[in-house]
Amino acid sequence: MASIDDPFPYRHLLAIEGMKPWEIGFLLDEAAQWVDVGRRARKHDDRLAGLTQINAFFENSTRTLLSFEIAGKRLGADVVNLSAGASSLKKGETLLDTALTLNAMRPDVIVIRHEASGAVGLIAEKVDCPVLNAGDGRHEHPTQALLDALTIRRRKGRLEGLVVAICGDILHSRVARSNFHLLAAMGAEVRAVAPPTLMPAGVAALGAVPFTDMEAGIAGADVVMMLRLQLERMDGAYVPSTREYFRTFGLTVERLRAAKPDCLVMHPGPMNRGVEIDSAVADDIQRSAISEQVEMGVAVRMACLDVLTRGRREEGR
Amino acid sequence: MRPLLIRGARLVDGDGERAGDLLIVERRIAALGTVDAGGAEVIEAAGKVLAPGIIDTAFRVDKAATIAGGITGVLLMPDQSPVLDEPALVERAERLGKPQLWVHPLAAATRGLRGSELAELALLREAGAVAVATGRAAIEDANVMLRLLRYAAGLGLVVVSHGENVALTAGAAATEGEAAMRLGLPAAPAVAEAIQIARDLRLAALAGARLHVACVTTAEGVALLRAARAAGQDVSAATTPDYLLLNEGAVTGYRSFARLSPPLRSERDRLALREGVADGTVAMLVSRHDPRSAEEKRLPFADAAPGAAGAATLLPLALALVRDGVLDLPGLMRALSATAAARFGVPGGRLGVGEPADLLLFDPDAPWRIEADALPGKAGNTPFDGLPVQGRVLLTIKGGEVQR
Repeated sequence: MASIDDPFPYRHLLAIEGMKPWEIGFLLDEAAQWVDVGRRARKHDDRLAGLTQINAFFENSTRTLLSFEIAGKRLGADVVNLSAGASSLKKGETLLDTALTLNAMRPDVIVIRHEASGAVGLIAEKVDCPVLNAGDGRHEHPTQALLDALTIRRRKGRLEGLVVAICGDILHSRVARSNFHLLAAMGAEVRAVAPPTLMPAGVAALGAVPFTDMEAGIAGADVVMMLRLQLERMDGAYVPSTREYFRTFGLTVERLRAAKPDCLVMHPGPMNRGVEIDSAVADDIQRSAISEQVEMGVAVRMACLDVLTRGRREEGR
Repeated sequence: MRPLLIRGARLVDGDGERAGDLLIVERRIAALGTVDAGGAEVIEAAGKVLAPGIIDTAFRVDKAATIAGGITGVLLMPDQSPVLDEPALVERAERLGKPQLWVHPLAAATRGLRGSELAELALLREAGAVAVATGRAAIEDANVMLRLLRYAAGLGLVVVSHGENVALTAGAAATEGEAAMRLGLPAAPAVAEAIQIARDLRLAALAGARLHVACVTTAEGVALLRAARAAGQDVSAATTPDYLLLNEGAVTGYRSFARLSPPLRSERDRLALREGVADGTVAMLVSRHDPRSAEEKRLPFADAAPGAAGAATLLPLALALVRDGVLDLPGLMRALSATAAARFGVPGGRLGVGEPADLLLFDPDAPWRIEADALPGKAGNTPFDGLPVQGRVLLTIKGGEVQR
């Protein structure tokens, strides 16, 4: 049971929405401690030894799955990966049956990715252990927002007061939603920059100021966060072509001049070079934090796994 | 069959209210006012409301839920399995509820409701269809819709259309807006309704057809209907208590019981819809009873089947409109019964000598709480689970017999 002064009083990590600034700050502080461990030759801290972590990915993912696997292993957990195509497990009772099956294996923490918004929360209701949302549909991707925030905080020293422009396919992006919640809660000025067809109605309710002009949207920004354009959506239905998209919304060296000179460039990956971002920007080690984001991802996931399993480890003693 | 006297009731129908007794002889209303019991069996109404049985629109025949809801006639949507596009299927559907409940099938507008070829509307009418309907989806092809309207007009059949543009709503599970955006749900703009209603109104005017919009849910939809009626067009519309009492916020937490088709709308739409009900633009209140199994609802929101059970809760939810001053009690009974009877030419809807004894006795003040698990009938999926309501059905009388 969570005590009243528990800095993280939640059973699961399903969303950033609703989290208090000090709760977010606590997770970031915890994660910051793991960065150094990751840079040592011997990276193990075996506090999760004996615990079973299941990574259940019902939607394809390489980097997030790898990141959670490494995080779990560095903490000494027994990590099992389940990669099941969502098509075979999405319908009917199968999703809840799968949850019950996973639960019967008596895991100590389950990491879930699913293509349907809300699916991870639905599974979390059916299992006895903490559940970590690794991305559900267009809804949230909380560890991505945390790793983005940790990256920004390390580079800029703060989150409060920064101007952060999140650019690209906002409509379909869980990364954008989690980041809007987190950055607005932490006092940053957040902008949503997208073509009108990829801008969700009502985005201002998340604390983001919408822009449909790229130059205006990134003007004076401290951070420009690019989103991946899902190429399967490039069939003329949302934007006419990748060529036109790059011309109007692609992040180039010239366009980046509108932002602050020390502007940080971020991308959750994998990148479409020449579609949403130019290689010259992506590879600019002065401004691009893209590789650092990946490194912070492991630290954030170690922190989340550690924090969520603390209660169970206490019970085990 | 022994005569039945209901004594000391508030007799309410679409024309008004008075206190008195009601005598039933041979399945029909034989006398109203102060009636001598004679040899009749007597039910003491003790001041409760006696009204014409509700005539509802539903996607399923669910006898237990309808009887519990005071419903004596059901306009059955053609989206059945199989689709009501063959005379024999219409005949069978019509027999489904008897004698406790009369089912009035609506013929499928097109074969298999696929939206391309007209169904045999004249034969379906002969088989007992009271109108023709496009079912859960609109007819996408405007040319097919125009031919349908013209053909139905020739037969004198009302065309019941679904007011949502197919292309705009493809893949959507919610109305575009803050709630859908927060939850990351695929959403369609509310204007999908106005676009469809506007098209169908124009085509119906061209065809000289009688149009009924199965379920209007938006401010713009109401405004279009109001203008068409003011211009003298023969058009009617219905809605359900869901859209009058809930807005898009009800889907928060991925509550799939609140996944409906059309989806729940904004607060502005909800308020405009209430005005439309108050001024008679939306003259029918129905349940569109569409119970879904737990297997169909316990899914991620966008995968869950749309629809909700509504027959058993239609009256108590609709009574909230009386308490809120949207309608008076006779106006409510008109919306629940008389309007549908007149529009679709089915018996009932009035308390008059010679009318069928299809009646509903209810206590408009009795408080209770809607509990999904305790609802009668097929499934307990209601977005109103846990809601305290006022108004309880005491008796449903069909053809002069008390139904249980």
